[in-house]
Amino acid sequence: MREREELLDKYTAKVYKNRKQHITQLEFGAEPDTITANTRAIPGTMTARGCCYAGCKGVVVGPLKDVAVITHGPIGCAFYSWGTRRNKAKNDPESDNKNFVPYSLCTDMRPTDIVFGGEKKLEKAIEEVIDIFHPKCIMICSTCPIGLIGDDVQAVAKRTEAQYGIKTIGFSCEGYKGVSQSAGHHIANNGLMRYIIGTGDKKPVGKFTVNLLGEYNIGADGWEEERILKRCGIDVVSVFTGDGSYETLQNAHLADLNLVMCHRSINYVAEMMKTKYGMDWIKVNFIGVGATCKSLRMIGKYFDDPELIARIESVIAEETESIREDMENYKAKLKGKTAGIFVGGSRAHHYQLLLRDLGMETIMAGYEFAHRDDYEGSAIRPFIKSDADTKNIEEITVEPDPEKYRTRYPEEMLVSLQKDGVELDAYTGMIPDMIKGSMVVDDYNFLEVDQLGKIMKPDIIFSGIKDKYSTMKDGIGSRQLHSYDYSGPYSGFRGAVIFARDVAMSIYTPTWRLVKAPWKNTPLLTGTISGGEKHA
Amino acid sequence: MRQVAIYGKGGIGKSTTTQNLTAGLAEMGKKIMIVGCDPKADSTRLVLGGLAQKTVLDTLREEGDDIDLDEILKVGYAGIKGVESGGPEPGVGCAGRGIITSINLLEQLGAYEAELDYVFYDVLGDVVCGGFAMPIREGKAQEIYIVCSGEMMALYAANNIAKGIAKYANSGGVRLGGLICNSRKVDRESELVEAVARRLGTQMIHFVPRDNDVQRAEIHKRTVIDFSPDVPQADEYRQLAQKIDENELFVIPKPMAIDELEAILMEYGVMD
Repeated sequence: MREREELLDKYTAKVYKNRKQHITQLEFGAEPDTITANTRAIPGTMTARGCCYAGCKGVVVGPLKDVAVITHGPIGCAFYSWGTRRNKAKNDPESDNKNFVPYSLCTDMRPTDIVFGGEKKLEKAIEEVIDIFHPKCIMICSTCPIGLIGDDVQAVAKRTEAQYGIKTIGFSCEGYKGVSQSAGHHIANNGLMRYIIGTGDKKPVGKFTVNLLGEYNIGADGWEEERILKRCGIDVVSVFTGDGSYETLQNAHLADLNLVMCHRSINYVAEMMKTKYGMDWIKVNFIGVGATCKSLRMIGKYFDDPELIARIESVIAEETESIREDMENYKAKLKGKTAGIFVGGSRAHHYQLLLRDLGMETIMAGYEFAHRDDYEGSAIRPFIKSDADTKNIEEITVEPDPEKYRTRYPEEMLVSLQKDGVELDAYTGMIPDMIKGSMVVDDYNFLEVDQLGKIMKPDIIFSGIKDKYSTMKDGIGSRQLHSYDYSGPYSGFRGAVIFARDVAMSIYTPTWRLVKAPWKNTPLLTGTISGGEKHA
Repeated sequence: MRQVAIYGKGGIGKSTTTQNLTAGLAEMGKKIMIVGCDPKADSTRLVLGGLAQKTVLDTLREEGDDIDLDEILKVGYAGIKGVESGGPEPGVGCAGRGIITSINLLEQLGAYEAELDYVFYDVLGDVVCGGFAMPIREGKAQEIYIVCSGEMMALYAANNIAKGIAKYANSGGVRLGGLICNSRKVDRESELVEAVARRLGTQMIHFVPRDNDVQRAEIHKRTVIDFSPDVPQADEYRQLAQKIDENELFVIPKPMAIDELEAILMEYGVMD
């Protein structure tokens, strides 16, 4: 299609050959729309991706509040992953009011530590951390140099655990591993599964209990979701991992159901818990009023309890009514506007549904680090080619736990639930929710976001700090969907209103479209021609 | 000041040869410094009369950046100065990075004074990573000698080192000065090493015969020239020193393909 060709037109033959596989303009024709994903970025393209360490420490294990997460490496890695995700956490008695989220702990590797090895320094750091913070659990996240010099963080973890009796987990999540932060998610998932989930025996209270997976509580999203679930009579046992804790993760296997928000970063845990403990998972989306209602109803159907279903319906009625006026107000302002979304691993999908609530259509979307199933759905899994980069990341296999494995429903019931619209144990992906002609861009880069702004002319682009200001200067609205530009929550019912307000604010404040840079109106250099005066 | 790096397969006798030949040079009145680039820190044992040396990296670790040159630079036999870069214990950390840190520090501390005639770098084993190539990078050693024997693996290593030298020779000014054959009493050893040297475009600068006098001197933590100046082996090291001092053949080596090297080994190594 024309827009896709125009976008790719800028590239040299070699880059074109690579990038064309990552850029799809949706046709919904006889052949399914496909995309290439989770492969190496081309050096020189300004990719928005992060590193493996960022995926493990920054995304998955960082938000666990009662865990002292130690960055083993140079101070820069720790500094730039300190408080940058806006994953909120509050003290609670369940985790003994321990909350280390505001801290960034680091071994601060110096030249001599690189030469002589950093294990002793790491041990000393752990000792200090125990003395000062008395954490429930310690996690060690490795940075690039650790892998290069071969410090054995797992061995240190083992020694520490034996010596102090505090659960300690070493992650070999060196930044250079894999092709993006996605590798770090996988490594973190493996660690949580292997060492934490299933080690507790505290039975959850409540008739309907769930874990919330892939919710990192950015801008308090998780709290809004928990508020709604609680009103419906659904109790959250543990959250992976926003405002989550080691203490609650241990008992996660005792909940009734797993709810998966961010598919990419946590699907490994969901699937392994299904195999090991027989727990079903539902792909939910609490971003968007319609999406939230749909997710709640799926949970109701899964539990198949008339009382619960009735309560869910009454909560939905009350909540939607309470925001109806605001939503209509913003919808009037936003209807017919178009958007582009370029973020991580599930949000580019989730927010399309919230925008649709507001009468907006997403005409371009892409993920930084997703795999093909995030675009095309779980059905594509068997067709994903595994390459050397993928094989470098450990894949763990789990067996049904002889004592803890329990299924709620027989297979036929699960099939009938799926037929009934419950997104059980599978993800449909982003593409089916989009419209014909839309652009899907995997591992988008600076040039592409910039060009897409010009080619597709959206009213607003949702992305991160890397694209924000160039987008704004092009006169296009811009909101960050990593940090929410210090706003939020955007989830659930109340969050939808806050999001609508922020979007309207951005679109109706087109400052950069209204001002013109002075050098565009007046010349920067002025001069006179000399030498001709005498004869004039 | 001539800066010389000695490379060669592990255990071939680099440190022994370096110290014995520098003893010969010192006898000629040359001012010399040996920089040991091996985490084992045994490159200066014979000239300093023991291992009591504190290494650069140990000192750096214990004292921080505030290091006095006197703490790490010791003077031994015939005024030869010795310094050991040192490094981590086997299996931890990064020894290559250690060499880089250590040589940079020596430069900062002004160890390379103008009066020196020779600086010798005694480098661990093969060129295993960028760190061990530090002594032959821009502005460091200009000439290299590879210690080898007629044994197959020693010649493999020599050829491999020649590859490393060729890389740096093209970007910097480092040249190969020759192969030093430290005899293992292999059949037709001298001819074989000479043939390999020729193919690399260099020379076998000296054939050091195998002699128990070396062992005797080493047990006493001394060089042969120092411990038993009158034995024939002492003269061998004097000759080697003389040849290196007078050497004018410095080349960019032409490393061989493995097939080629093996053909030479077959030609000379198999007795009919």
